[in-house]
Amino acid sequence: MRPIPMVERVALAVRDLAVQFASEQGVVRALDGVSFDLQAGRTLGVVGESGCGKSVTARSILRLVDRPGRITAGRMLLDPGTAGEVDLATLDPESKTMRGVRGGRIGLIFQEPMTALSVHYTVGNQIIEAVRQHSDISAAAARNRAIELLGEVGIPRPETRLSAYPFELSGGLRQRVGIAMALAGDPQIVIADEPTTALDVTTQAQILALLQRLQREKNIALMLITHDMGVIAEMADDVAVMYLGRVVEYAPVEEVFATPRHPYTRALLRAVPSILATPRQRLSTIGGAVPHPGSRPSGCAFHPRCVEQLGAICAEQSPRPIAPGQAGAACFKAEQGAAA
Amino acid sequence: MSTATAHPAAEDRYAQATQLQLTWWRFRRHRLAVVSMVVIILFYMVAIFADFLAASDPHATDARRSFIPPQGIHLFDEQGFNPHVYGLRGVRDPRTFQLSYTPDPARKLPVRLFIRGYTYNLFGIIETDIHLFGVVGGRPGESVFLLGTDQLGRDLYSRMMVATRVSLFIGLAGVTLSLFLGVLLGGISGLYGGWVDMLIQRLIELLRSVPTIPLWMGLAAALPRTWSVLEVYFAITIIISLIGWTDLARVVRGRFLALREEDFVVAAELSGASQGRIIFRHMLPSFASHIIAATSLALPAMIISETSLSFLGLGLRPPAVSWGILLQDAQNIQVLAGAPWLLSAAVPVILIILAFNFFGDGLRDAADPYG
Amino acid sequence: MVMYFLRRLGLALVTCVFISVLSFVIIRLPPGDFVDAYIANLAASGSTVSVEQGEAMRREYGLDRPLVVQYARWMGRVLQGDFGVSMAWRRPVTEVIGDRLWLTMIVSVSALFLTWMVALPIGIYSAMRQYSFWDYLFTTLGFIGLAIPNFLLALILMYLGFRYLGLNVGGLFSAEYIQAPWSWARVWDLMKHLPLPAAVLALAGTAQLIRIMRANLLDELRKPYVVTARAKGLTERHAVLKYPVRAALNPFASSIAYLFPYLVSGSIVVSLVLGLPTVGPLLLQALVAQDMFLAGAIVLLLGFMTVIGTLISDLLLMWIDPRIRLGGR
Repeated sequence: MRPIPMVERVALAVRDLAVQFASEQGVVRALDGVSFDLQAGRTLGVVGESGCGKSVTARSILRLVDRPGRITAGRMLLDPGTAGEVDLATLDPESKTMRGVRGGRIGLIFQEPMTALSVHYTVGNQIIEAVRQHSDISAAAARNRAIELLGEVGIPRPETRLSAYPFELSGGLRQRVGIAMALAGDPQIVIADEPTTALDVTTQAQILALLQRLQREKNIALMLITHDMGVIAEMADDVAVMYLGRVVEYAPVEEVFATPRHPYTRALLRAVPSILATPRQRLSTIGGAVPHPGSRPSGCAFHPRCVEQLGAICAEQSPRPIAPGQAGAACFKAEQGAAA
Repeated sequence: MSTATAHPAAEDRYAQATQLQLTWWRFRRHRLAVVSMVVIILFYMVAIFADFLAASDPHATDARRSFIPPQGIHLFDEQGFNPHVYGLRGVRDPRTFQLSYTPDPARKLPVRLFIRGYTYNLFGIIETDIHLFGVVGGRPGESVFLLGTDQLGRDLYSRMMVATRVSLFIGLAGVTLSLFLGVLLGGISGLYGGWVDMLIQRLIELLRSVPTIPLWMGLAAALPRTWSVLEVYFAITIIISLIGWTDLARVVRGRFLALREEDFVVAAELSGASQGRIIFRHMLPSFASHIIAATSLALPAMIISETSLSFLGLGLRPPAVSWGILLQDAQNIQVLAGAPWLLSAAVPVILIILAFNFFGDGLRDAADPYG
Repeated sequence: MVMYFLRRLGLALVTCVFISVLSFVIIRLPPGDFVDAYIANLAASGSTVSVEQGEAMRREYGLDRPLVVQYARWMGRVLQGDFGVSMAWRRPVTEVIGDRLWLTMIVSVSALFLTWMVALPIGIYSAMRQYSFWDYLFTTLGFIGLAIPNFLLALILMYLGFRYLGLNVGGLFSAEYIQAPWSWARVWDLMKHLPLPAAVLALAGTAQLIRIMRANLLDELRKPYVVTARAKGLTERHAVLKYPVRAALNPFASSIAYLFPYLVSGSIVVSLVLGLPTVGPLLLQALVAQDMFLAGAIVLLLGFMTVIGTLISDLLLMWIDPRIRLGGR
């Protein structure tokens, strides 16, 4: 059981975020109105198949979406409701303010520890760089801070690791270094983009435990992106299910697992292999594949693959987006169910 | 990035296309590469029909008509549409008493299509004397000097046509030999690996780390003066093919190495296919486009090599005509200042190199968009 | 790291042996031998040599021995600094070559520096600002550079310079310094004349390297570690220069290894067109005159210098890539 967090202030409020990519085939809407909240001390699990826009969301928050992509609508409010409220969507990506946010207010942890760290520089060099980017301290002090950070993420004998190159470390250690680097600027929000996908199961458990501990200690708002429902169950307080650039369901984790509202969520849950299944039972799959965002189906984006679709209404009309800050699903059937 | 379209019929077409068709469709999208392909085809048309396109005998010398500037074809005169050039008039230099020819506006020579000129062998077998265009009724030695004449009074335009043939075919022959060497050695290297691979790799590295031009100059200079033009032609071809095979070998070896590990090759081996069948039926088709791309990127080097060697006087020898030999005349800066049209052979050289580069690039991108 | 260096050194030595064999082959390729050519030369100027004298010369030069022995004797003398006598000049080869070899190296190395200094920034800029106006401009210029063979470019520049500026743009020295002994003034004069030949020589290689750098950097820019770097709050320029450029430098630096021989090669023909007092024109003269000791010596020395240059660039590569330094592969 997770302890009830002391403070539930909203650290980042994303409202109706829309991101487009201009390509030869036309305009591709990678994100089509995404809304969610990141609260201090709580973990938001963002789940969905490949291509649903999870990573684009993470990048957009940090304004790291490269040309030809751009944010076309929406707001990303840092510290909403306070005097220091700032809309990240309006900032110039290269401005000092935005760069201060990157790493200083919001940290990013990557999926592939193999490729997320540069092989040409030592671990120490890369962490110290992050430290000094966000605080004006001397080289020696930065070095000590780096050792401290490595220790916090559970790396034994951190002072010896500073001069190591990433390729000299194992995958688990490398990911810990990645986490240390993300925390170097003392951010209050951390986005973890599939942090354990590339790791073996034992290491996965260790890293997840580490993230939980760090979150508790520093009261961090954690956005955990994954496609693994097991990780969601383990780590998340709230869940946002994404499909084709939209949030199709948003609810606390218990509700998502006990009473999923959206057919897609139900399908995802069915697809998880169960230890309780009868032998030789076929694995449940979701028919079809995620369409390319450039060729979005008409009406509800999920309807061609939806086994519970309601016919004409699902094919022609787009369901209403979920009201921000509340639990719900963007689905006609769910609406009907809620109304009943 | 998915290239699937919204229409299922088009998707099917896409899914059923052969490798060659896919490559061609991708290639078609590079407009520059397609234009280059057209240019290359045009050049080779010129090469095949060189004599037909020539207006006068490329080898005929006449000291009196040396250094005539390029003559434009005048399209109209008082009688209307009447393409013509001016005839030549003898002029005696007051100081040296030497007779030379200059264009004479008073005499008009009509220029017509499909006239009779010097005889030649079309495609090497059909004897004919029809040329695409030329002057009608001129005195011997008069012609349409589109690009002027050189020091020996030879028609530069006609020489350019013939030079195109020689240079392009030497380039082709050279690259074919290079290809053969490259595929052979690169293939052995990539397929068998081990110490054979190491040996060939070392050899290639050695060749690449040595400045090659002095070596080839040495080889070319060693060709006996007594050899006939044809023998020299062959020898030069062999020499320039020795220059380019290393790049091709590396590409081939890389492809074989990568393909050896591919699942479809393992599958073929496991189902009992013979070594030869695997190589020719399975592996070769999948990198044929890469080879073609590498070959067309190697051709410019061949052409530059032959042009450089001939330019230096170490390559083909007169009476053979190639771009390099044409450019030899431009070496003397004083002469060149007075007769800049001598440099005109530079234009086809630059054009064909550009064309092959764009074509090869486009082909390479089409063959493997990720590689 | 030591192992890597030793391996490259070993390879360099083998290459030198290979070059010496090739040079020897070139010397001995033309029909007849040194003595025949010598006799023919003397005959042309009127004096004759008797058959016994000819045989005696042959024995003295070891030309009656098997080829392998001749090679060994030649190499033995070469290693002591004796490259034989030039037929046409009637002087020791070393005298005839004189400064030219150094000047060849100076021109080639200048071209090398020029290439690095130009190709690197332009390649980086082109990748960072893909599809911008400058990118297209540089790409087009690059293609032109690729398409015009360097001797042709030299020819065209010479012509333009002569026709429109009325000056002879070739040569490495102004008239008064050509034969003068070395002095600071002469060095300065040389520097003033270097840019044109170096530029002509460097153009094709630069165009090539820009494309390589641009392509490699574009690949690297897509990789996760770049995003990690920017996620730390670094400016785009800092992040790109520190990380992906460093990674893209690897293939860049290894192309340098083959750039140097290419430049030395190219300098031969370019110096012929531009009339530079380097090894190029001398080599051509020697080859045409079948002055084989001279020609062979030039080829040998060019090869050796190139190998040394390549070895130095290998050391550079070693310094850049920590994976090699720490014993990885």
